[in-house]
Amino acid sequence: MKKEIGTATIEVNEEGFMTNFWQWSKNIGEELAKESSINLTPRHWQIIDYIQDEYRKEVPLSIRKIGKSGVVDIKQFYELFPKAPLKTATKIAGVPKPASCI
Amino acid sequence: MKNVVILGAGTAGTIMANHLHKKLNKDEWEISIIDEREKHYYQPGYLFLPFDIYEPEDIVKPIQKFIPKGVQFISQRIERIEAKENTVRLINRQFLHYDILVIATGAQTAPEEVQGMKGEEWHKSIFDFYTFEGALALRNKLREWQGGKLVVHITEMPIKCPVAPLEFAFLADSYFKHKKMRDKVEITYVTPLSGAFTKPKATAALDHLLSEKKIAIESDFAIAEVDNDNKKIIDYGGKEIPFDLLVTVPTNKGDDLMERSGLGDDLNYVPTNKGSLQSIAHKNIFVIGDATNIPASKAGSVAHFEAEILTENILRFINGQPLKEDFDGHANCFVETGNGKALLIDFNYTHEPVEGGFPFANFGPLKLLKESKANHLGKLAFRWVYWNMLLKATPIPFVPAKMKLAGKHFD
Repeated sequence: MKKEIGTATIEVNEEGFMTNFWQWSKNIGEELAKESSINLTPRHWQIIDYIQDEYRKEVPLSIRKIGKSGVVDIKQFYELFPKAPLKTATKIAGVPKPASCI
Repeated sequence: MKNVVILGAGTAGTIMANHLHKKLNKDEWEISIIDEREKHYYQPGYLFLPFDIYEPEDIVKPIQKFIPKGVQFISQRIERIEAKENTVRLINRQFLHYDILVIATGAQTAPEEVQGMKGEEWHKSIFDFYTFEGALALRNKLREWQGGKLVVHITEMPIKCPVAPLEFAFLADSYFKHKKMRDKVEITYVTPLSGAFTKPKATAALDHLLSEKKIAIESDFAIAEVDNDNKKIIDYGGKEIPFDLLVTVPTNKGDDLMERSGLGDDLNYVPTNKGSLQSIAHKNIFVIGDATNIPASKAGSVAHFEAEILTENILRFINGQPLKEDFDGHANCFVETGNGKALLIDFNYTHEPVEGGFPFANFGPLKLLKESKANHLGKLAFRWVYWNMLLKATPIPFVPAKMKLAGKHFD
């Protein structure tokens, strides 16, 4: 389905994850963050960049992997993206929900 | 003579030994299978052992009984795989050369991954049921337990048989009802997922069953530590859940052998082509069952379906033909829901579990994603099928490796 966000329109699935990564832009990322009540700081952006890099390399993401990445530890990851950090961070980054859960 | 070496004589390895023994030319190929253990455990039985439904002897048999004559069984610890030299090193400086290697070393629990999990309370008030020892210790605990807060918990995904912890919660509900002490037990199901299961339609059905059985659910819980003194689990967000009895599924990892051999990912799973089951790094290494990193369930049914496709691909590899990327992620799992009933789910990489009939579209007799007594009987009968047909690679009638779409109610 489609979703209006700011002045743009994006394709999303029923959980609100973007289905076309190429439609993503920094502005859209900021709008998506607002929906999760998160104000993006440079620290948040480092993590979003990391997530998008891994996605481009087709590396499956998990909380464990992010904790070991050297970019952020798990505790801080939770502070930056409270409650369900991997879900929230991937949604803002415009990448599919991680399939680490089979 | 050329050599096929299979590492691991669990479900996947044993099935492969039987398939390859039937298909490979005995004048050209020698098959060996290596496992340091001597006993084969029927792992689905670990779910029933704590509730006194199965006895230990129902679920343990000698490995050798299922290895065909003509296949060499080596009961030794494997030191290292030297993939560049096509060599498997055992202890005592023994080694085997291989032309084709099949990795079937499975997955194990690693409770030491979480701070405090394997602490003072381990096997006193904290139990796992993913090992024979854990399931047996838990049975003894449950026999005498007077009630309180029971927390059923998953540490992190992926785990073997992702429905097993849910089944445990359902069976606990029915066990305590039967003992007339359900009112003394508070059951909470704690998961790192956002709901009861990983696929939306099955999650809706299972969430409903949880509430019907008055089992509370705590989702999105990523455990940071177990506090042994105050008996609670704490997540990275600071959420705390108290317990009197914690039944946890620890982190699951592939075999340490993969780390020693430089063949695994961060959880020691071997990067594998999800369609052909060939390892990504080495053309003559194939991987099957829980040892792979493919996005399929870690379940015996998956190993069984994979084995048919892998056998065909190994024959193609030997004949210099291109491999087929035929594995579709097919899994088929009975889900015990307590009170003598069960659900059945059938799914693959692209199609989530939905309602329908199985194995025959409109006839069943088993019903997908609906509770029934027939499904429960199916699960119990499956133990016989496992020991007598599945391990020996005898085809199971009407259940092909690739999932059937007919008779399934997709939207």
